[in-house]
Amino acid sequence: MNEMTKVTTLKDWETDQEVRWCPGCGDYAILKAVQRTMPQLGADPANTVFVSGIGCSSRFPYYMETYGFHTIHGRAPAVATGVKLANPELDVWIITGDGDALSIGGNHTMHVLRRNLDCQIMLFNNEIYGLTKGQYSPTSREGTTSPSTPYGSVDHPASPCAFALGSGARFVARGIDVHKGLPDVLKAAHAHKGAAFIEIFQNCIVYNKDVFEEFAAKKTAASTQLWLADGEPMLFEKGEKGIALDNENLTLKVVDVVDGDWEAAGVIVHDVTNRSIAHMLVELPFGEFPMALGVLYDDPKPTFESAVVEQNKLASEGKKPDLQALVSKGQTWTVKEGGPEL
Amino acid sequence: MASAAEVNTGKTDAVPEAVVVRFAGDSGDGMQLTGGQFTLSTALSGNDLATFPDFPAEIRAPQGTLFGVSAFQINFGSREINTAGDQPDVLVAMNPAALKTNVEALKPGGLIIADSGEFGKRNLDKAKYETNPLEDGSLAKWQLLSFDISQLTLDAVKPFGLGNKEALRCKNMWTLGLALWMFDRERQPIIDWLNQKFAKKPDIAEANIAALNAGHAYGETAELSGPMQKVHIPAAPSEPGLYRTITGAEAISLGLVAGAQLANLPMFFGGYPITPASAILHHLARYKEYGVTTFQAEDEIAAIASAIGASYSGSLGVTSSSGPGIALKGEAMGLAIMTELPLVVVNSQRGGPSTGLPTKTEQSDLYQAVYGRNGDAPMPVIAACSPADAFDCAIEAVRIAVQYMTPVMLLTDGYIANAAEPWAVPDMSDYEAFPVQHMTEAQDGGFKPYGRDEKLARPWVKPGTPDLMHRIGGIEKAVDTGHIDYAPANHQEMTEIRRNKVLGVADSIGDQQVDMGDAGGKLAIVGWGSTYGPIHQAVRRAREAGHDVSHIHIRNIWPMPKNLGELLKSYDRILVPEMNTGQLKTVLRDQYLVDAKPLNKISGQPFLISEILAAIEENLV
Ligand SMILES: Cc1ncc(C[n+]2csc(CCOP(=O)(O)OP(=O)(O)O)c2C)c(N)n1
Ligand code: SF4
Ligand SMILES: [Mg+2]
Repeated sequence: MNEMTKVTTLKDWETDQEVRWCPGCGDYAILKAVQRTMPQLGADPANTVFVSGIGCSSRFPYYMETYGFHTIHGRAPAVATGVKLANPELDVWIITGDGDALSIGGNHTMHVLRRNLDCQIMLFNNEIYGLTKGQYSPTSREGTTSPSTPYGSVDHPASPCAFALGSGARFVARGIDVHKGLPDVLKAAHAHKGAAFIEIFQNCIVYNKDVFEEFAAKKTAASTQLWLADGEPMLFEKGEKGIALDNENLTLKVVDVVDGDWEAAGVIVHDVTNRSIAHMLVELPFGEFPMALGVLYDDPKPTFESAVVEQNKLASEGKKPDLQALVSKGQTWTVKEGGPEL
Repeated sequence: MASAAEVNTGKTDAVPEAVVVRFAGDSGDGMQLTGGQFTLSTALSGNDLATFPDFPAEIRAPQGTLFGVSAFQINFGSREINTAGDQPDVLVAMNPAALKTNVEALKPGGLIIADSGEFGKRNLDKAKYETNPLEDGSLAKWQLLSFDISQLTLDAVKPFGLGNKEALRCKNMWTLGLALWMFDRERQPIIDWLNQKFAKKPDIAEANIAALNAGHAYGETAELSGPMQKVHIPAAPSEPGLYRTITGAEAISLGLVAGAQLANLPMFFGGYPITPASAILHHLARYKEYGVTTFQAEDEIAAIASAIGASYSGSLGVTSSSGPGIALKGEAMGLAIMTELPLVVVNSQRGGPSTGLPTKTEQSDLYQAVYGRNGDAPMPVIAACSPADAFDCAIEAVRIAVQYMTPVMLLTDGYIANAAEPWAVPDMSDYEAFPVQHMTEAQDGGFKPYGRDEKLARPWVKPGTPDLMHRIGGIEKAVDTGHIDYAPANHQEMTEIRRNKVLGVADSIGDQQVDMGDAGGKLAIVGWGSTYGPIHQAVRRAREAGHDVSHIHIRNIWPMPKNLGELLKSYDRILVPEMNTGQLKTVLRDQYLVDAKPLNKISGQPFLISEILAAIEENLV
C-alpha cells in the first residue's frame, strides 16, 4: 500500500467515461463511496490499480481515474497477483462479482486469500448474474427463479465471507451498497496489510431487486443489522439486544439487554483478531440473528509479495548477475585448434 | 553410421564414425541418470552427440513390467550428429522387460549387454517371456553378453555396508563404468559429479564410485572374448571454443533470462507443473539474481493471467506449459492480444489430444499455436529445432514480444526439452541489446494508450507513472484512445491493426534460407521443430547419393518469412515431414497455394532418418 499522502478530491477519481449501469443499480452507490473514500486515504491515483473480472460490477475500473485492468471472467485475482508481485509498491484493488469470484473464479479467490496478497477485494454480491441477464448465481438462495431455473434453483448457496475465512483470509468485512457505513469498511480494508476481503450487498434492481431488503431496509435496520466495531460490545436494536456466547452449544445467541447493562447480559466485546468468533459471525443465520456487518475479522500476517521479495533478495545476496558466467556454467570443455581438451 | 560389425568384430583399425547406445532398464534403475552422465563424458571427450530420453508416464510403474521400462539413447560420433540415431548398435538391458521392449530396435548383429541376475522366473513372467531369452537362442541375430551385473555390483560395494536395496541402486553406475571403458571415456568427471551429488552422504558416493570403477575394471580385465571390445571414437571436428552440454529446457530458461536482460527488464514467470514443461519452472526458480520472479500458480489460467498482470506492471511476463495447459491459457492469450501486452508463452509439446502421451513427443500443437484462439487473434509463433537452437529462439521470442507489444508462442517439444546436446557457449557480447523504454510522458498531441509507433506497437506504460492513468481490458478498444468501442468500423480497423502488426514481424526476421541444397530444384523437404535432425541427415545422404533434394527448415511459423512462398514455388515437389497429421503442410498450402505433400508420423517417437530417406526416394521417381 502506498504510504505517500496525496491531496485529492472526489473529482480527481472520476473518469470522463459515461457510467453504464442500469439506473438505480447499487453499483453507483459503491462507486461513489469508493471515489469519496480515496481522498481520505491519501491515495495517489497514479499508484492505484483497479483490477476486475467480468460482470456488471467488473466495469468498475473504467470509472476510476486510476490505472485499471478489466480482465477476463474470474481471473482478476490471478492478474492482480502478477501486478503486485511485479511492483509491490502499487495499491491494488480487485473488483469482482458473486459469479466472477465464486463460480468461475472460485479457485483464484481461494488462492489469493490463502497467499495473503496485499490488496483489497471488493465482492459485489447481488446474488445473481447481472451481465448475462439474470441467471441464478452461487450465492442465490435456494428456490431462486431465473431464466436458467424457471422452477427455482435447487442448489445450496455459498457464503462469501465463510468461504473467505475458510480460505485463510486475514481480513473479512461486510457492507451494504447504499449504507453510510461502507466508507469506514473500505478504510479498514485499506489499512489492513494483506488480502482484505469485503462482501458488499449490492442491489441489482433489474434481475434481483431488493433481495437484501429484509436486512438492508433503513426502516428495520436497527433490529436487522449488527454493526461490529473492534473493542465494542456486539449490540443492536438500539442497545436493547446483544450477542452473547452460548457456552453449552458453543455458538452465539441473542440476549436481551436490560437498562443498558450489556455486561450483565453476557454480551461479548468484538475482538477483530478472534478467529473463532469470526467463524461464528460469518455463519450467523439471518432471521434468528441480525446480519453481521462491518469488520468481522482483522488480524494481519505477513503478505505474499513481501515474502517473495524477501526470498528473492536473500537468494540473490552476494551473487552478481553475469550472463556470460550463467551460460558458461556446468561442466564445460574447450576445443582448441586441432581437438578437444578436458 | 557405424555398423554393429565395425563395433564388435575387434577390427580396431575400422574406427566407426558414430555409435548408438541405448540404456534400458526399470524406471527405478536410474537409466536416465546413467544416460545423462554418459552424455556428459561423451561431450567431454569431444564427440558430437544427440540423445533421446524415453521414459514411462508412470512415476513408479510396478517393477519389472513392460510399461515400466525407461530408456535413454545416445548417438555420438566423430562428425556432425543431428539425431539420436535410428537403430542402436549397443543395447544395455537391465532386466527382461527392458530387453523385450527394446531389442527389436537393435541393429542386426548389434550387441546386447544384459544383467543375467535379473532374468529370474518372476521377472521373465512379468516381461511375458516363456523361456529365458538369454538361453533359448531367440537372440541369435544379435551378439549377446550376459553376466550377473547385480551380483557384481553387490560384490563391488560390499565394503560400504549398504543394505541390499541401496547396494543394488549402484547397478547403474557399474553399467556406466563398463560403457565408459567400452568407448574409452573418462571416469573423472563422473566421479566428481558423484562426490558433489552425494556430498552429504559420502558413503553412498564412495559406493557408487566403487561400482563405477568395478564396471570399468570388468571391461578392462575380465576374460571377455568375442564381442566386447574397446572402441575409441575420435573427437568430432568442431569450431574451437568453449562447450557444454545443454538440454532444451535449460536452453529455453537461459534464453529467457538472456532475453529479459537484453530487454533490460525484470522477468516474471508464472507456471503450473506439467510434463515436459516443468523443467523450465525448476530452472528459472534458481535464477533470482537475474531479476527473475517465479510463481507456481494454482492452475495454468492463473499462471498466464499473473504473467499478463506482471507485464502490465512493466516486467517481462512469461508462462509455459504443454498441450492441455496451453488449451487452458487460450482465453488469456486473447486478453494479451487485445490489451497488446508483451508475453512469452512456451509450449513444450507432447502427444495429444487430452492427456495423450505425456512423456512422448509430438508436433501436433501447430494449429493450436497459429489458430487456436477465439476471434481473429493473431500471434507470432516461433519453433525451436534443437536444445541449442532453443536458446536463440527464446531470445527472439522476447525481442518480438517487447518490440511489437504482443504475446509470442515459442514451440518446443518433449524431445527437445529433455534431450541434451553439446552447445558452443555463446559470447553474450555478440547479442544486440534491445532495451525497453516504458513510456513516462504523453506523446505530442496528448496521451494515447492505443497510439502506435512505426511497428504498430502501442506504448507500454507502467502503473505508477504519474499523469498517464488509463484503463485497458478485453473489450474492443477505440483506435488511439483505447476507450471501450463497439462501433463496426472501429472493430474492423482494430482487427486489421492487430493482424498487420503481427504480419509486420516478418520485416524483422530476415529471409528464409535453404538449410542444405539449392534454392529451387526437384524436391524440397520442408520441416519445422525437432524433425530438423532426421530431415537434415536424410537430405545429406540423399544428396551424397546424387539426388536433387534440398532441406528448408522453418523457424518462424507465424508470420512466415516474406520470401518463403516464392522459394517454395521454385521446387517441383514439396514434402513436409511432421510428427502430426499434416499441420504445417496445411498452413503452407493455405498461405502459398503450393502442393505440399505430407509425411506423417504420430507414434510418439522421432522420425528415423531411413523413413525420411525412403520418402525422398519415392518422391524422386
Ligand atoms: C469465460 C466466460 N464465460 C462466461 C462469460 C459470460 N459472463 C459474463 S459475466 C457473467 C456472470 C456475471 O455475474 P457476476 O460475477 O455475479 O457479476 P454481475 O454482473 O452480477 O455484477 C458471465 C457468466 C464470460 N464473459 N466469460
Ligand atoms: S443488471 Fe443489475 S447489476 Fe447489472 S447494471 Fe443492471 S442493475 Fe446493476
Ligand atoms: Mg452478481
